[in-house]
Amino acid sequence: MSKKKYWQSFGELNHTESFQESTKNEFKEELLPLADLDDKGILDAKTPRRDFLKYLGFSTAAAAVAASCEMPVRKAVPYLKRPDDVIPGVANYYASTYVNGGDTISVVVKQRDGRPIKIEGNELSSITKGGTSAQAQASVLDLYDNTRLRYPMQKDGKGFKEVTSFDAFDKMVANSLAVVAGKPVVLLTSTVNSPSTLAIINEFIAKYPGSRHVQYDAVSYSGMLLANEVCYGKRAIPSYHFENAKVIVSLGADFLGTWLNLVEFAGQYAQNRKVTGEKPTLSRHFQFESMMSLTGSNADDRYTHKPSETGSIALALLTKLGMSLAPIKIADEKLLKGIEKAAAELNAHKGEALVVCGSNDANIQMIVNAINEQIGANGKTINWAITSNYKNGSDADVMKLVDDMNAGSIGAVFIQGVNPAYSLPNSKKFKDGLSKVVSVSFNGTMDETTELCKYIIPSHHWLESWGDAEPKTGYYSLLQPVINPLFKTRAYQTSLIKWSSAAGSLINDYETYFKTYWSSKLGSPDMYDKALQDGVVEPATMAIGSGTFNAGKLSDAADGIASIKTGVNEVVLYQKVSVGDGSQANNPWLQELPDPVSKVTWDNYVMMSPAMAKSLLNLDVMNQDGGKQSDYEVHPEKPVVKVTAENGAVVELPVIVLPGLNKDTIAIALGYGRESANKEETAINIGRSANGAGKNAYPLVSFNGTSLYSSMCRVEKTSAMYPLAQTQVHGFTESRPVIYETNLTSYSANPESILEEVTKEREAITIEGSKDFVKDATIYPDYEKPGIKWGMSIDLNTCTGCSACVVACTAENNVSVVGKRQVQRAHEMHWLRIDRYFTGDLENPDVVFQPMLCQHCDNAPCENVCPVAATNHSSEGLNQMTYNRCIGTRYCANNCPYKVRRFNWLDYTGADSFPDNQKPMLDKYMDESVMQMNEDLTRMVLNPDVTVRSRGVIEKCSFCVQRLQESKLDAKKHQDPTLVRNVKTACMQACPTHAISFGNVNDKESDVYKIRHVEQKHRSFYVLEQLHVLPNVSYLAKVRNTDRHIGVEEEHGGEMKKEEKAHA
Amino acid sequence: MSRYRKIFNRVLPALFLLVFFSINISSYAADGEALFKANCAACHKPDKDFTGPALQGWKDRVPAGDWIYKWIANSADLRESEPYAKALFAKWNKTQMTAFGSQLKKEDIDAILKYVDDWKPPVAGPTPGGQPQGSDDSLLFGILTLVLALIAFILLQVNSNLRKLSDEKEGVLRTEPVPFYKNKTYLMVGILLLFLVGGYYTINSAIGLGRQQQYQPEQPIFYSHKVHAGTNQISCLYCHGGAQDSKQASIPSVNVCMNCHKAINKYEGPDVLVRENGATVDGTAEIQKLYAYAGWNPTTKTYNSDNNNDGIPDGAKPIEWVKVHNLPDHVYFNHSQHIKVGKQQCQTCHGNIQEMPEVYQFAELSMGWCINCHRETKVDFYDKENGTGNKFYSIYEKFHQDIKNHKLDSVTVEKIGGTECQKCHY
Repeated sequence: MSKKKYWQSFGELNHTESFQESTKNEFKEELLPLADLDDKGILDAKTPRRDFLKYLGFSTAAAAVAASCEMPVRKAVPYLKRPDDVIPGVANYYASTYVNGGDTISVVVKQRDGRPIKIEGNELSSITKGGTSAQAQASVLDLYDNTRLRYPMQKDGKGFKEVTSFDAFDKMVANSLAVVAGKPVVLLTSTVNSPSTLAIINEFIAKYPGSRHVQYDAVSYSGMLLANEVCYGKRAIPSYHFENAKVIVSLGADFLGTWLNLVEFAGQYAQNRKVTGEKPTLSRHFQFESMMSLTGSNADDRYTHKPSETGSIALALLTKLGMSLAPIKIADEKLLKGIEKAAAELNAHKGEALVVCGSNDANIQMIVNAINEQIGANGKTINWAITSNYKNGSDADVMKLVDDMNAGSIGAVFIQGVNPAYSLPNSKKFKDGLSKVVSVSFNGTMDETTELCKYIIPSHHWLESWGDAEPKTGYYSLLQPVINPLFKTRAYQTSLIKWSSAAGSLINDYETYFKTYWSSKLGSPDMYDKALQDGVVEPATMAIGSGTFNAGKLSDAADGIASIKTGVNEVVLYQKVSVGDGSQANNPWLQELPDPVSKVTWDNYVMMSPAMAKSLLNLDVMNQDGGKQSDYEVHPEKPVVKVTAENGAVVELPVIVLPGLNKDTIAIALGYGRESANKEETAINIGRSANGAGKNAYPLVSFNGTSLYSSMCRVEKTSAMYPLAQTQVHGFTESRPVIYETNLTSYSANPESILEEVTKEREAITIEGSKDFVKDATIYPDYEKPGIKWGMSIDLNTCTGCSACVVACTAENNVSVVGKRQVQRAHEMHWLRIDRYFTGDLENPDVVFQPMLCQHCDNAPCENVCPVAATNHSSEGLNQMTYNRCIGTRYCANNCPYKVRRFNWLDYTGADSFPDNQKPMLDKYMDESVMQMNEDLTRMVLNPDVTVRSRGVIEKCSFCVQRLQESKLDAKKHQDPTLVRNVKTACMQACPTHAISFGNVNDKESDVYKIRHVEQKHRSFYVLEQLHVLPNVSYLAKVRNTDRHIGVEEEHGGEMKKEEKAHA
Repeated sequence: MSRYRKIFNRVLPALFLLVFFSINISSYAADGEALFKANCAACHKPDKDFTGPALQGWKDRVPAGDWIYKWIANSADLRESEPYAKALFAKWNKTQMTAFGSQLKKEDIDAILKYVDDWKPPVAGPTPGGQPQGSDDSLLFGILTLVLALIAFILLQVNSNLRKLSDEKEGVLRTEPVPFYKNKTYLMVGILLLFLVGGYYTINSAIGLGRQQQYQPEQPIFYSHKVHAGTNQISCLYCHGGAQDSKQASIPSVNVCMNCHKAINKYEGPDVLVRENGATVDGTAEIQKLYAYAGWNPTTKTYNSDNNNDGIPDGAKPIEWVKVHNLPDHVYFNHSQHIKVGKQQCQTCHGNIQEMPEVYQFAELSMGWCINCHRETKVDFYDKENGTGNKFYSIYEKFHQDIKNHKLDSVTVEKIGGTECQKCHY
């Protein structure tokens, strides 16, 4: 057994009593509806017999009623005129583009019987290469959001009234604009990288002289844009080439999570993290940051600091790289050593190194630019020939607009795709200003800003839209509608065209404009059709060029950095990979997606280091003797602290104690705490899932020329407690070894050493003289898999934990949303979860992400305990789950060593025969967000090929059996067995780093066979193989490129020592 | 103790008898039905003349003795010599009946004839469980059982009275006898009987829940498959094209109907269209109904204009057919798998649809029925030597070896996993 200790929580690390108590009860059953039994157990309760008889009587009566019902008469209604390209029951795929603000991902949309139901990455895009993000995966659910506005509206007293026709609406807007004629009209949008839309906006601005277009990003990159303007004379963001970088140093940039485009960067990054050949090379990744970000948790070496020190670190690095600019003293020894080490590596890899920085302070970004010049990144890993257009917002412009609005010098504001009343730190001032102008909102929902506007003309969802995007200069990605608009909405571009075009103009709508624009741009209608079909228009090869660097302002920048004040405590504001900037806050899939690092769902919170928790809250999570900490971790109730930022903004949030944070720094996620002006209306206007989820942290953002996402703060203890739904230890593995890990040097020296132990152990339990572990280490017979044997391989080296797979699985397999209260009781339904393990240094541990799903064991422990054979094995190696046979004993879940079986405790889907099953549960056990998923509109997102499970049955990963069956049918129709060689499961297809492979292991040409038995045979292991459950999912052991000791060899010295981690 | 043993001694034989009878009845009845459907139903109906004569009442018509067995074995032998056979052959336009000599044994024929005699026309509309589909004999046997039980009861009473008398005679003191309705033995037997009979019927009807074999709803348009697929020989796939591409066979959209019915506006077929309840149907009027749905004006022979700009002719609306074949929600069934890959005939599951004026559910569509077919059906296995069969199956190398070594002579659907849960449930 690997003696290296991996832990998911402090309780697990220290074996506290209450933690052990809590792990005994996997399903937290004491919290079930029968909780009124006062902990006495069912037999000692006051009225168990009567209750029993009541339930018995009811169920008998109910069964009798159900049995005597006549079969309902069902109708089959065919088309009146079937469209040529639709065959009922067969899915069509259309290329389009996920666009949310500047976020752009080329996708392929699966459309079944006219409904888009699943988003896949577009493999033709050279930027995203078929990868997707959690947000893109979840965006299909936004299309069916019940809070979407259904028709144009105008303000009517306190509420709104419908405007009956678009023409009437156009007239009203024209009249309003006539009143304010002479004053400028401002178009306030998110980053727009659509060339055709920009053209329309320019035409619009030409029509209204003095008007302007202001781009605003809720989480801004204007510091970087400013710095680049100074240094390179171009207000733009270059393209980054992580795939060309042997050394990557990130100063707080979460480039695998939320920085610019995670799909692009994770894909590039993974190229250099793949272990290939006997003597592999890996990129080396240093991360300097204040909190534990997703990117930091993937780093080879990670150092923490206060956010105010980012600039100092950049300066120190620059100094070490041979350019002295009045460095600032850094006290922390560890940090200094880290800087030295990083600088040495950067120096050694000039021309193949890259430094990125997440700060929005222009001065720091300028220093980072200088560093990149020093290491020769410009033109190699940083490409100025092709710039990125993901973010183009300007904080200064927005602030000026707010001032101008208040000063009364603005006539009208048209708002599209942004929600400044929520996301601006000075939103009060914005709201005041908005009341003084003619305000029109194109936003699709009644958000905080839209409800203040005078006119609302909702725009389409992107799945209903025509459009284009230019994520990188010269790289286009097109949108085409995959469903008719569900509601009476109109593309905002059409509105702009109508309001600016001359009377009698031929082009009156965006669709025509778009077609004309692209047909002429591409030359011929055939090219246009091909572009739409491909979804992307790209140059054949990517040009790489450098920018001309201007070092003139660097000393000013250094001075600016020197003036940054450091506080005792500081707060850093970040985004989660799930909820992001908050625009998708009403998406229950994203809300229920556990944060990769903290594993918390449905809320934001204050992340705090153990040291700070000890001094501030007297919460000693490191203490082995239990006491206060035990309760803290086991119970969902967490102490609430009051955080006061430097600008005076106050937010009260519960505390999550996590290792890996700087000890004086706290971190709070943005994007939560959506709230209507009238609190009561939040659930109706903004949505039931967003309602009550966390607190708004945007007011904590400070402004100093650009928005700054960190500040000094005061943290105070309060007496309040607040429950958080954390999935962290719901799938606890009892300290069994589940992960193997080593560093690059020892792997190169002896690749076999990484799995030495498990090999020995395998031999130990095999009958002597036999080498056949599969057959001769068990009393069970070995069943044949004569045709296909499905298998999956997951590379722990390239899995970044981004969780796109989890949402993809949810969407593909109709996985229920259970709501916050049910997650608190460990009732989450995700078929695929990402386990996060800490290891090593307690204050700054290494992190391993391990996607955990049903392992489809050939010797499955779940199968032989099922009393009704509802779960059994197929001849293709699938562990089959038959819902209609399951009676819900949950023996299987108890017997599963991987804890991947999920039980439908409540009627989450409304699939039960009794319609009133859900409502009575609402107040106490079930959240409104569950009901949100059961609306007729929302249910349109369900995959018709997958059963919607009802209450009382177990479910789990099926290896996307519907896809496997489809691939087999396809192979049989085409008489081609190679079509089942490499099949794509939903998780595999969503992965931006291609960490998952799947296919027919019996086929020696399949990817998964090659990985397991040829290319990666030294790294391929099965989790808990020693149990001889014979899983069909293998993992590739993690290899870190660091000189620290990692994994098994650490133990040769004996017991694990905390201080053993040498930073030398 | 001995007292209880006595009870068992009495009760057990009775139980055996009951179980024996009930099993016997059901298996007998089911056989006849299956055999009839497999062998006779294509040409004969129990109650109506069809390709061949109606079978009910055969006893009164045919010569006594083993004529009927001979006829079924090979009618050609009889019709030359025997006068009734000669007349029958002539009456039915010299349509030759298939010879079943090698296929049907005497018992089989008996079973079929018994099934035919007991057959009653199906009740229209869904049959929601409840009524077991057993034959009338169950009543007979039920009465018989009751009578036997009564006799047994009387005999037991007599026995106990006699014993009482003899005891009195011998001067043995016995306690006052309990009246029979308080007698534990009788009560127990009664309860057991009730439990068994009740359980039998409950389970049977529970199994039938949600199944609706013979379901024959009235459709919005009297659409006769017999006219289209039978008389006019239109291929099933012309209208139900989805069957080869999709999981759903799909009901044709109205524009598919109009492909032909733009020209065909009258019903002039040879057969009189008759509903199941005997009412005659005016085919031309039914075509007019279609025109209403399609928004077609038969006089001007054009579609109505689209004045409300909804993309369809004014007044047109899709037809709301009543779905006949319903599978439970948790079953995945794919038509193209069966039609394109399995090369099954539509009739295998849907019956002789080309003979049905109104569609009814021919097969049981139960899981047992599906599984049975999967067990028996052979896949189009790839033959490496000849290059025949579906090449996909070349991956089943072990079976190829087995066939080569004569361990296997063919591969059934079950062999390649066709009876595993997740082939249909996911």
